[in-house]
Amino acid sequence: MNEIAQGVEAAFWLLVTFDRDLAEIALRSLQVTVTAVLIASLIGLPFGAWLAVRRFRYRRLAIAVLNALMGLPPVVVGLIVYLLLSRSGPFGVLGLLFTPTAMIIAQVIIVAPLIASIAHQSTRELWAEYHDLLISLNASRWQRIKTLLWDGRRALITAALAGFGRGIGEVGAIMIVGGNIDHATRVLTTAIALETGKGDFALALGLGFVLIGLALAVNIATHMLSRTEREGKW
Amino acid sequence: MKLWATLCLIVCAGAAVAQDMRVAVTTSFHNSGLSDVLLPAIAEQTGINVQLLVVGTGQALRLGEAGDVDALLVHSKAAEEAFVAAGFARYRREIMYNDFVLIGPANDPAGIHGSPTAAAAFLRISQAKAPFVSRGDESGTHKKELGLWGAADLETEAFGSWYRPVGAGMGAALNTASGMGAYVLADRASWLNFGNKADLDLLFAGDPALFNQYAYLPVNPQRHPHVQHDAAQRLETWLVSASAQKLIDGYAIEGERLFTFNAR
Repeated sequence: MNEIAQGVEAAFWLLVTFDRDLAEIALRSLQVTVTAVLIASLIGLPFGAWLAVRRFRYRRLAIAVLNALMGLPPVVVGLIVYLLLSRSGPFGVLGLLFTPTAMIIAQVIIVAPLIASIAHQSTRELWAEYHDLLISLNASRWQRIKTLLWDGRRALITAALAGFGRGIGEVGAIMIVGGNIDHATRVLTTAIALETGKGDFALALGLGFVLIGLALAVNIATHMLSRTEREGKW
Repeated sequence: MKLWATLCLIVCAGAAVAQDMRVAVTTSFHNSGLSDVLLPAIAEQTGINVQLLVVGTGQALRLGEAGDVDALLVHSKAAEEAFVAAGFARYRREIMYNDFVLIGPANDPAGIHGSPTAAAAFLRISQAKAPFVSRGDESGTHKKELGLWGAADLETEAFGSWYRPVGAGMGAALNTASGMGAYVLADRASWLNFGNKADLDLLFAGDPALFNQYAYLPVNPQRHPHVQHDAAQRLETWLVSASAQKLIDGYAIEGERLFTFNAR
């Protein structure tokens, strides 16, 4: 119990003194995960909606695979991305290993199935409602997808936030492809793992509270900006 | 045109001043805190910004084999010699040493305190079947531990459930030992810097078999043409210099000197 109190105290002092290293790794955490979520949303949201409107032979299988990929183990993703980006791997010439770009690539792979799956669930329900209308208007497939995405935007924000939640707390993949290099690829979660390894639980816990606070701030900011949970406004 | 040339000159000069270079180091070196002392001095005196990848010796050697780092600073002589023999580095250069210590519960159930040798202490632990946490991650510390079991004529495979390989870094292994009241082999630096000692205590040290030699291996540029061999060599020159010796020999925690410079 005493250590938790020390953790709260450590988090308090880290924030009050505005530790420069802390600001740097917190910003890098945000930069990596927000970029990954934006890219994954660009892929996942249209794909989820496309799966909802399109009927094809292996649709059920595709949905089952997509749902299974939500549970993709980050360590395995990290290892595969590491082997691909390693100097002796197929994309080694790019020299991307141990850079924030490599971390973003890994997180896109982890987060995209989650976003696509939630987007599919919510647009499918909307599609049931809109089906007759859109068919009678003779809307093209792309127009249908656009309509579903726009009218379902509230649920889709939730999808993106779920992706953000998975990405910001993730440590397995970014530790492997980023390498936790000080002032280059260290983020909050890898810093927590490092401080735990040193037995400095108070600092590790302090960083943990900062991470939770950051996730909370991003969620609240998103809801305020998108004006959800307000009567009469979508 | 002139402006662009000037701009390029500034940018290029900037790049030359702060050259980034990746070095894979062992967890025990980093956890000791010595890197926090050496890196700023290296940046100031050589202009090299060393990016540390803190991994076990096994993974460090793999990173070097793949050409993902420019140099290694590790501590497992046999594995290093195999690395050189395979052509991944042209040589290994010894830089400094520290020593391993046997950590265990303060009440010492296996009675290893006062053992004549490290091998005898290991034998006593196995006879008492006292819980023992092994790194189990192919790190230099793990290899040293296996060598000591071998010196005591014991096979780790035959051990019962009291022998617990955790497959993790030095800090995580110490945390586990602290939680279970187990014995563990650690390097002195990591032990002194460790924050969660609980009722663990240093029980055995001083046997020459426990010396821990660190060596520097620049990755062979013929094998991996993209490595920053020039920076790796400048770093080596610095690591064997008098200013490095002063910092390494002068580094102490709680008044205890941790590393001994022995580069030739």
